[in-house]
Amino acid sequence: MTYLAKPKLHHPTLTTNAVGYTRRDYEGRVSTLCAGCGHDSISAAIVQACWELNIEPHRVAKLSGIGCSSKTPDYFLGASHGFNTVHGRMPSVLTGANLANRDLLYLGVSGDGDSASIGLGQFANAMRRGVRMAYIVENNGVYGLTKGQFSATADRGSKSKKGAVNRDNPVDLVGLALQLGATYVARSFSGDKEQLVPLIKGALEHGGAAFIDVISPCVTFNNHSGSTKSYDYVRWHDEAVSRIDFLPAHSEITVDYAAGSTIDVLQHDGSTLRLSKLHADYDPTDRYAALSYMHERQARGEIVTGLLYLDPVAVDLHVSLNTSDTPLNTLQASELCPGAQALEKINASLR
Amino acid sequence: MKRIEAVNDFVIKFANVNGSGSASANELFAKAILRMGVPVSPRNIFPSNIQGMPTWYEARVCEKGYLGRRGGVDMMVAMNPQTWAADVAEVQSGGYLFYDSTRPVAESALRKDIEVIGVPLTEICNAAYADPRQRQLFKNIIYVGALSVLLDVDAAVFETLFAEQYRGKELLLESNVRALHLGRDYVKNHLQAPLGIRVQRADKVGNQIFTDGNSAAALGCVYGGATVAAWYPITPSSSVAETFQKFCDKFRVEPQSGKNRVAIVQAEDELASIGVVVGAGWNGARAFTATSGPGISLMTEFIGLAYFAEIPITIIDVQRGGPSTGMPTRTQQSDLLACAYASHGDTKHVLLFPEDPHECFEHAAAALDLAERLQTPIFVMSDLDIGMNQRLCKPFTWDDARAYDRGKVMTAEELEAGKDFGRYKDVDGDGIPWRTLPGTHPTLGSYFTRGTTRDPYARYSERGSDYVYNMERLLKKFKTAAALAPQPELRRAERATRLGVLYFGSTSPAMREALDVLTQQGYELDALRLRAFPFAESVSQFMAEHDKVFVVEQNRDAQMHTLLVNELSIDPARLVKVLHYDGTPITARFISEAIAQNLTPVQTETPLQKEAA
Ligand SMILES: Cc1ncc(C[n+]2csc(CCOP(=O)(O)OP(=O)(O)O)c2C)c(N)n1
Ligand code: SF4
Repeated sequence: MTYLAKPKLHHPTLTTNAVGYTRRDYEGRVSTLCAGCGHDSISAAIVQACWELNIEPHRVAKLSGIGCSSKTPDYFLGASHGFNTVHGRMPSVLTGANLANRDLLYLGVSGDGDSASIGLGQFANAMRRGVRMAYIVENNGVYGLTKGQFSATADRGSKSKKGAVNRDNPVDLVGLALQLGATYVARSFSGDKEQLVPLIKGALEHGGAAFIDVISPCVTFNNHSGSTKSYDYVRWHDEAVSRIDFLPAHSEITVDYAAGSTIDVLQHDGSTLRLSKLHADYDPTDRYAALSYMHERQARGEIVTGLLYLDPVAVDLHVSLNTSDTPLNTLQASELCPGAQALEKINASLR
Repeated sequence: MKRIEAVNDFVIKFANVNGSGSASANELFAKAILRMGVPVSPRNIFPSNIQGMPTWYEARVCEKGYLGRRGGVDMMVAMNPQTWAADVAEVQSGGYLFYDSTRPVAESALRKDIEVIGVPLTEICNAAYADPRQRQLFKNIIYVGALSVLLDVDAAVFETLFAEQYRGKELLLESNVRALHLGRDYVKNHLQAPLGIRVQRADKVGNQIFTDGNSAAALGCVYGGATVAAWYPITPSSSVAETFQKFCDKFRVEPQSGKNRVAIVQAEDELASIGVVVGAGWNGARAFTATSGPGISLMTEFIGLAYFAEIPITIIDVQRGGPSTGMPTRTQQSDLLACAYASHGDTKHVLLFPEDPHECFEHAAAALDLAERLQTPIFVMSDLDIGMNQRLCKPFTWDDARAYDRGKVMTAEELEAGKDFGRYKDVDGDGIPWRTLPGTHPTLGSYFTRGTTRDPYARYSERGSDYVYNMERLLKKFKTAAALAPQPELRRAERATRLGVLYFGSTSPAMREALDVLTQQGYELDALRLRAFPFAESVSQFMAEHDKVFVVEQNRDAQMHTLLVNELSIDPARLVKVLHYDGTPITARFISEAIAQNLTPVQTETPLQKEAA
């Protein structure tokens, strides 16, 4: 229940970071997501990343669209302002917020339905504008909150419980982000904390548009045998979301595998997900090499994870617009209003 | 044939081809008359097309200062063969037809009851210029020169205008002056001038300025302190953002660093443009977007979010003919309901109705203040007629002591001092809650914004009582808005009367004239110009004081009438609808006839007729 705040019982021995916060200070309300939902693991990774980075929680603005994934900003960084906007349009709202105050850190959380369907245009344009933010898509291949319809990232040929086959090709957000000019592009798995936490840290510290596609299994709507990947399946269950208590609790799936290796991960539905971690010597600074490497592996049925691309000298929207270093929301009338005298001149020019 | 004789009181219409460069020549002509001290109100009538299609520029010259459309054409400058027949037919009997007589026109294509004036423009032009582009551009200046003699406008006036326009560009200055005199000389040598209609120096312009509503609204946003603008191109609103950019290039550049104190984004669509504005408003910047009807449709989901989550945003809606793509280059006041109740669920929004460019400036700046004061979307309901036409109006004014109203924003100090912060709590009894901006305080005042229901402390809640508290508070806030928004303007009749008329926005100049006409005919009406929705207290009062009130508006479905009946519980039987919606700006003639017709002792059943364009 979101309206129950998590009790803040600080253990005196809890370690604090360099700015004096304990890890608990980065938590939010109690999650209302299904037990074992991959999204909760991502929230935990965000908490960990912010704590380790010594970010003051209130200096982060967290924004999201609509969906189970988009509810998560309420479940971490309780001391920061959050904004659960409208379906698919977090990127524009975040862009505006960022333009208003360039001094905060912007964290955008979205789902695959949110970003790859209704919000595909906004996703694309935020990437191409280079809005400085960490944009995380919690990708489960289904619409979780509306109970399991195919999302635009669901694989072609995957089946629904009722036997419907997904006839459409999947949208690959990572490929798009690379093509559209994102300057930090990564893919990871919600259960791979070892990999995910550093990726989120990198994204938060990045100077431009950072995108992470995180595969995040939906435990509730992916438990049938016809799906090609765990998160592809849809199971219709009328009350599932509101009566979470009746669902069997799953434990979150975690993995631990070395760089350069490939593993098969068994999913809740019995299917497997083949993850392939980038080699330690992979060079992430070549946008086009990243694309072809990814496609090559994809053809072999593998999903490449890790930091695929990084442009260390990212240019963000403020640079393109040449905006003042002073946050726009702090400018005063004296700096904004040309005044009566200038207006007289304008009047004179219009006579 | 009795020719029309009129000094400083006529309508001249230019029929041109889109993309031929005639727009600046026509504007030059209008400005010259203004410099003669005679009021002019021009209107562009243009197609939704870029090149080759017909376009008209109708200028009303009126010493009395009436700026609405009059109806009827005294002189046609027929420069477009495509529309020749219709253009010739439009001239009032006794009027004048000016045309390019380089190629002969059949007698049958002319009219006996009008005076036909031929000037071989192409011939003169071809003799003087070799370059085809020059030939086209200077032909426009040549006809302006010819007209200046026919209508008795001093050459010196044009020469001054050219000198101002081409300061430092001697070559352009010289060639324009030359073209002007080519036209002037031809008329002087070959024709009788001036005509029965002509211009005579007067002093009726005073210190008024001549500008369009979109530029004025853009300037209002600069003065009002907007720092974030996001938009998507759509006629007739695009020039708001484009001019805002131009003004910002001039006024919003940090002197030392050369950096901009503004961020302007041309978004990928209206969904994104309003999204950017919502994000910026949430984060404490003054933000606006400019759009028109179809854009409003796309924005409605976000408008509902901004209403419910209480985020300040300003939307400048330059209305055009709807529904759907409707008449994209024609004017209407038909987005009233779409804006007043935009989005699903119970929503109500604040609308401002500027009457002219002067008020576009005032209302744009006021909207930015109101948005922050009320923490809600504010709409500036302009339209194509005011937005895209230059209009004579009061000069802009600004009080340097004026401070921006940033509304109820709680600071870190106030939070530290222990002030109770409940994001959606009505602590002051005006329905307006306090907000904090992201990043304000490490431990106090943060909250989660969302479109779902919540309790007064912004905690997610679906409890009926929390929902009702919130919805009732929003209503109270709306009531507060009625007192804070621009108040209506009352014009009392000379004698006490139980008849009234309500109008708003661009109807204003035509209404002013119609009231004078009606007074002359013996009809006395009190007039109330609405300047905002929600309706001020004085609107109910006006209703109570009058037995019959005409509601004049430019749409088919009487949308303002609907708002009045809906919001003030007025007996609809006391309201008379006066509706004009053919896409052209309403005229005084239309209004006065519609009202007079309704007031004849024997009331007729004839429905109100639209006036032909
Ligand atoms: C305009 C609009 N259309 C539809 C919806 C319904 N809706 C809510 S969440 C959602 C999909 C969420 O899917 P995804 O983004 O993949 O997130 P997940 O729940 O899977 O984490 C939809 C379609 C909505 N809220 N708004
Ligand atoms: S429905 Fe799926 S995505 Fe939503 S909370 Fe449950 S497991 Fe997570």
